[in-house]
Amino acid sequence: MPSSGKVYQWTINIVMLAFTFFCIMPFWLLLSASLTDDMEIIRHGYAFFPKAVSFAAYEYLWTNSANILRAYGITILVTVVGTAVGLTLTALLAYPLSRTEMPFRNILSFYVFFTMLFNGGLVPTYLLYTNYFNFKNTMLALIIPSLLMNGFFVILMRTFFATSIPKPIIESAYIDGAKEWKIFAKIVLPLSTPVLATVGLFYTIMYWNDWFNGLIYITDSRYFSLQNMLNRILLDAQFLQSSTEVVATSDLPLTSMRMAIAAIGVVPLLVAYPFFQKYFVKGLTVGAVKG
Amino acid sequence: MKASKMSVLRLEMRKAKKYRMLVLMTLPGLLYFLVNNYLPMFGIVIAFKDVNFATGIWGSEWVGFKNFEYLFKTKDAYIITRNTLLYNLSFIVLNTAIAISLAILLNEIRKRILSRTYQTLILLPHLISMVIVGYLVLGFLDVEKGFMNKTLLPFFGLEPISWYSETKYWPWILTIVHAWKGVGQLCIIYLASIIGIDQEYYEAAKIDGANRWQQIQMITIPLIAPVITIMTLLAIGRIFYSDFGLFFQVPLNTGVLMPVTNTIDTYVYRALVNMGDIGMSSAAGLYQALVGFVLVLASNAVVRKFNKDNALF
Repeated sequence: MPSSGKVYQWTINIVMLAFTFFCIMPFWLLLSASLTDDMEIIRHGYAFFPKAVSFAAYEYLWTNSANILRAYGITILVTVVGTAVGLTLTALLAYPLSRTEMPFRNILSFYVFFTMLFNGGLVPTYLLYTNYFNFKNTMLALIIPSLLMNGFFVILMRTFFATSIPKPIIESAYIDGAKEWKIFAKIVLPLSTPVLATVGLFYTIMYWNDWFNGLIYITDSRYFSLQNMLNRILLDAQFLQSSTEVVATSDLPLTSMRMAIAAIGVVPLLVAYPFFQKYFVKGLTVGAVKG
Repeated sequence: MKASKMSVLRLEMRKAKKYRMLVLMTLPGLLYFLVNNYLPMFGIVIAFKDVNFATGIWGSEWVGFKNFEYLFKTKDAYIITRNTLLYNLSFIVLNTAIAISLAILLNEIRKRILSRTYQTLILLPHLISMVIVGYLVLGFLDVEKGFMNKTLLPFFGLEPISWYSETKYWPWILTIVHAWKGVGQLCIIYLASIIGIDQEYYEAAKIDGANRWQQIQMITIPLIAPVITIMTLLAIGRIFYSDFGLFFQVPLNTGVLMPVTNTIDTYVYRALVNMGDIGMSSAAGLYQALVGFVLVLASNAVVRKFNKDNALF
């Protein structure tokens, strides 16, 4: 139905271009700031087109990479483990709830659903995990509280299993004497790659981006994920200085380093984005329109 | 009545025996929700106690509504409620208006590749964490090095502004940042529903001589109205909850900005972590959870009235 008038098309494209520019401009400023010479930043501030380009920030980060690499490692570990376990638990719970034979199906579905409507809040959750489970300053604190499973994704996956897996396939496998476990692993899961990819992607992004668990449960900087480290550096300018091992901190390009660390945190996501965009968009639209 | 209930229970138990593998599969997930979601719900009693760690939470003294009395006696209770509500209201109105306009424009674009590129790029802000957003905003607003103070304001001959200590700018800054991060996602959702509209409506309208603007007004908007209603009502259901990251990271947790950046979520966090005031913090948390719950139920009831299929429950 798009109209073909040339002026019309141009006008629309200009508006869209302006908004798109508004969206990506801050990323550009961040990257160019990380590549600007520190003296230049102090004189002229962060600029979109730096007059003096310098890789000093990245060089310093590269030679002093121990802290950053550890934080990176923790983020990757937490993301991989959290996504794998979370996705497994979600599928294991969603599948039986999609089967009409499942006993107490409605009650259990409501049990999952209610977690989306009401919660005990920060204080009880915090006290539970710190006082009863002793999660403070452990890796588990970055994986388990609030993030591991999400009722919304259980419902989403249950709906997919119930509507997209043909019932006769399951029934005939059942008659052939296949065990429930086998039906799930050999028939249902291979037919469900789209929903597994979408939900897995959202768990991955959630873990990669999470800083909240670290903010409340981690005080020991050795357990900081990349986001927690970024968080500390953002809110406390001294932290970057104190966490680098260089003796002569006076000639550190601290200003551009700060931006370079943030760039290192966001670039992997931006690079991977085109490859997972399809599932990302699917998750956003399915989630919103269908619930 | 009782007998039939008993037999239903017996039937379910028999099914549980027959399908024990299915039951087994659900256990880890059910256990997680029990620990992570249901156990803390019992913790709401903390709001009615004077927590003393020496005697434990359960052994602490009951104080009735004292914590709530203290909370609502402070000015904070009013400020955080006002901030949470007003920010969310303006976010809902502004983001919805921009997202729908952009979705309509995107749908008008003839070159597929251009439209795809725009969609990809406007979703980028949705992908990143609020910590990164904090850095991006700092790039513009840093008092000594920011783009605003060093380049843009001098260009117009204006004096530098100390952004992170003046409250009057923050309602605007936070609204812009929120739109920057959220409009893309909302726009994609509306675009999906616009694409779903049957082309025959437009063909018929063209034959009747309707121009583009009339088609948008008479066909597109009315046909996506249900989606707009639902998205808006869902957002209203969440109006008592704020985006903690937006109000905490973007203003860099700055004390002087708190009159305009403190929301219920940041208040709960600060009362717990900075002041160690468990009573106040849990009272504010329960206040939020209860009002939030009522609002979700209410907005769902309204959605149900419009369209049963679109209701959450």
